[in-house]
Amino acid sequence: MEVTTQPDTKVIIKEFLQKRIGQDISFTDEEDIFKLGLVNSLFALELVVFLETTFKISIENEDLNLENFSTVNNLGAFILKKKDR
Amino acid sequence: MNLELTADQKAFREECRHFAQTALQPYANDYDKQGAIPRELIGQLAAQGYLGVTIPAEYGGRGMDQVSYGILNEAIGRACSSTRSLITVHSSLTAETILRWGTKEQKDKWLPLLAQGTKLAAFGLSEPGAGSDTSNIQTAYQKQADGFLLNGVKKWITFAQIADLYVIVARGANGITAFLVERNTPGLRIQPLDGILGTRASLLAEIHLTDCLIPAENVLGREGWGLQQIVNTALDNGRYSVACGSLGIARACLEDSIQYTRNRNLFGSLLKDHQLTKQKITNMVTEVKAASLLCLNAGYLRDKKDPDSIIQTTLAKYYASRIANTIASDAVQLHGAMGCHDSLSIQRYFRDAKVMEIIEGSTEIQQILIADHSVASLSSIL
Repeated sequence: MEVTTQPDTKVIIKEFLQKRIGQDISFTDEEDIFKLGLVNSLFALELVVFLETTFKISIENEDLNLENFSTVNNLGAFILKKKDR
Repeated sequence: MNLELTADQKAFREECRHFAQTALQPYANDYDKQGAIPRELIGQLAAQGYLGVTIPAEYGGRGMDQVSYGILNEAIGRACSSTRSLITVHSSLTAETILRWGTKEQKDKWLPLLAQGTKLAAFGLSEPGAGSDTSNIQTAYQKQADGFLLNGVKKWITFAQIADLYVIVARGANGITAFLVERNTPGLRIQPLDGILGTRASLLAEIHLTDCLIPAENVLGREGWGLQQIVNTALDNGRYSVACGSLGIARACLEDSIQYTRNRNLFGSLLKDHQLTKQKITNMVTEVKAASLLCLNAGYLRDKKDPDSIIQTTLAKYYASRIANTIASDAVQLHGAMGCHDSLSIQRYFRDAKVMEIIEGSTEIQQILIADHSVASLSSIL
């Protein structure tokens, strides 16, 4: 799937997060899903695999900054930045 | 999912089964009694390429897929869980994790050596006071001008007695971090452990680290991301290997039980013709088939790099390790006194099966993960 715009990217990301966290749990695009305690110990690994597979990017050690992954907005920005490189 | 193996996968399965039946099975009980697998066997595994099955050919591995890797683990696990444990810690926990997160220099240095079996690797996570609770590890690192100083004790480390390279997970100012630590590091001491219930030939040891100075370039992954990045990746890899190894134990118990009941007379008829035997065999077959499908499903999703592969691998490990225990218990029961004696392999399978429920995330840890995923999103499980 080719993703070129941030809104599309954020929709896809939100869909994945909602599936992992639970459809009945609401959170905004600005809220930190880690600080809210919404994810378990497998989540970080699942998120990395999801981002790499869905957006055809490679996540490297230097990308592992919690801020990149903490909110829907930050994840969207991170994907755009990776695809621009 | 296509349940049919490819021609290459079928050929590899025959190769692995032949190796296990001829080079491993006849000697596995002796290894268990001796508390060690021999160097000659490790050389044979290396020569077959079984220590680097999933490592790309450019690093000297066989460059095979995850389904094939599962086939290897089932075949080796069917014959000798201690030998399968070597493949788990060497390939799944360490080599595959270096492949995923290592720097170019780390990959270039270690992957050819590991894939060829020139060097062996082990994974140092557990400690005397930290098993399932990995966040409680006490082994400490301190940043120095010329690297990192490590102090602490690792316990229950599979194949640590003979490994050349250890991944050591430690706690420091920036959080939990993983390090590549070579055996010849000054201050590193190996204390062999014996008296273990199962996988007795897996050369367990404690690793004592006293002021071990580790070069900065030996940090594996990002500093402070040891648990989320390195341990989670390693355990996910390891769970797949243990799931398929557990399936191997279950299959061994089933096959040996069928063979035994075909020949054992009881109350004037063969054991296989008793109704209670038929019940046991039916349950065993169904459970082996179900575990086989879960392992194949996990392998298929891992090859697709599907994010659901992680929870599906957990599910496969949970189920396969549990049914290995119930099937091994039934196999002992069917064999009667013979099942309790070390002249047969059944007692070894029974002891080895229990270990499968503890390593790479205990049954209880898997239950927490699977239940949480199921409540959040049943569709990612079913």
